[in-house]
Amino acid sequence: MSIIDQATPAAAPPVSRTASTSSVATRDIHFAFGATKVLRWVNLEVKGGTAACLIGPSGSGKSTLLRCVNRLLEPDRGEVSIGGRSVMGDDPDLLRQRVGMVFQHFNLFPHKSVLANITLGLRKLRGLSRDEADAVALTQLDRVGLRHKAQVRPGTLSGGQQQRVAIARALAMSPEVMLFDEATSALDPELVKGVLATMADLAGEGMTMLVVTHEMGFARGVADTVHFMDHGQVVESGPPEQLFEAASSRRLQEFLSQVL
Amino acid sequence: MDILRTLRETFLDLDAMGQALPELVRVGLPNTLVLALCSAVLGTVAGMLLAVSGLSGSRWLRWPARIYTDIFRGLPAAVTILLIGVGLAPLGLGIWGPNPYPLGILALSLIASAYIGEIFRSGIQSVEAGQLEAARALGFSRSIGMRLVVIPQGVRRVLPALVNQFIALVKESSLVYFLGLLATQRDLFRIGQDQAANTGNESALLLAGLFYLVITVPLTHVVNHIDSRLRTGRHPDGADPNHEAGTPDEDLALAITQEAH
Repeated sequence: MSIIDQATPAAAPPVSRTASTSSVATRDIHFAFGATKVLRWVNLEVKGGTAACLIGPSGSGKSTLLRCVNRLLEPDRGEVSIGGRSVMGDDPDLLRQRVGMVFQHFNLFPHKSVLANITLGLRKLRGLSRDEADAVALTQLDRVGLRHKAQVRPGTLSGGQQQRVAIARALAMSPEVMLFDEATSALDPELVKGVLATMADLAGEGMTMLVVTHEMGFARGVADTVHFMDHGQVVESGPPEQLFEAASSRRLQEFLSQVL
Repeated sequence: MDILRTLRETFLDLDAMGQALPELVRVGLPNTLVLALCSAVLGTVAGMLLAVSGLSGSRWLRWPARIYTDIFRGLPAAVTILLIGVGLAPLGLGIWGPNPYPLGILALSLIASAYIGEIFRSGIQSVEAGQLEAARALGFSRSIGMRLVVIPQGVRRVLPALVNQFIALVKESSLVYFLGLLATQRDLFRIGQDQAANTGNESALLLAGLFYLVITVPLTHVVNHIDSRLRTGRHPDGADPNHEAGTPDEDLALAITQEAH
């Protein structure tokens, strides 16, 4: 792998300003798929410019909660606010332009080049010209160290590279908040590090981030706050050292003993 | 070797072929192409509308699309062509005059759209849900996400099946002869068949068959070529389009070398 993968926040000067002051908060979120209650009374807050990690067993509702934040799924009850203002009355399409999302399986558009994946939203939603959009996209590709891949199809890239393109695609829209849904779970072990480094850079630059992850090392080292979810509820929240070293709930202790 | 000689005389009589050739080229070929091309275009447009309606959340779009597809896919082509061509003839007479082509094309399009709609629908449905989700996460509405991201991928996946349908259409276009054609309206099949009926020799019909192959075989190969080009990607503006087949591999090779460093 290239040097870029080992880049640390200190070594890589930020190529564009990504700091965000927008906080994210959910209040009493409820969500059910049919009769299955997936989320109940979910309250959490991510302060502006900080990174929060959501951890918890599979099926605990982490990914569903993430999708409620940008309203890909509409909560049955409760409220999401960004920057202290409720977004429940906003046009959901406009809301999603303010919230970037990165998926477990990258979900790049395979029929478009890497560059076109990133420029699509800029051109069709922001109305940028081809040149303007290309310039923004190339800046973001620089950030993730993949400018030289601009013209290839995503299918020719490794999983780690694809995920970094997906991050660049989300960042190109200048989001106020970034959501990561198990961004490294589908990667081969040797590719995880590069993607986590990119995410750590972003957190270091002050992006407001909500990260669903099974990477406890990342949660511990990068997150400002960690939230533990189980059975659709946030069971315990706090700074990483508190959760990892002094877990108060029985369920978190059990979970940590299984994953660590 | 009497059998061989009989066969040769029946199917490979060059004089008979020579007699039919000018009409096949000047009349039959253009007519068949007009029938097939017009109904392919109309059938593809209508097929896409059917596919999108069939996938719609609204039952008021879904059910009519379903019923339409069942009917026109289920009827024999000859029945549809006769029903439309003869049944609507008084109407057509007022609009187009005594030309059976518009109604023939309409009938062929109706049949083709039912099949093409199902082909498109299966292609669109095969695109992973994550694609639409990613488009919506960027801020695209469901319908624009479908248009920009999902449908283009779905259509590419079913190009080979779509060509099958176009080939079927070229062949089915011969059924318009049911509607009664003037000498100048005859298509490839009708000219070959007339000649065969007049002379008792099938060579002209065989020649007409070769003309069908001349249309359908390249069609398959052109689309296979487009198909593989779409799969592997295309070079950006300014690249020589004649060398596109080589570029994806070069890109890949470049990518591998760069990864190694």
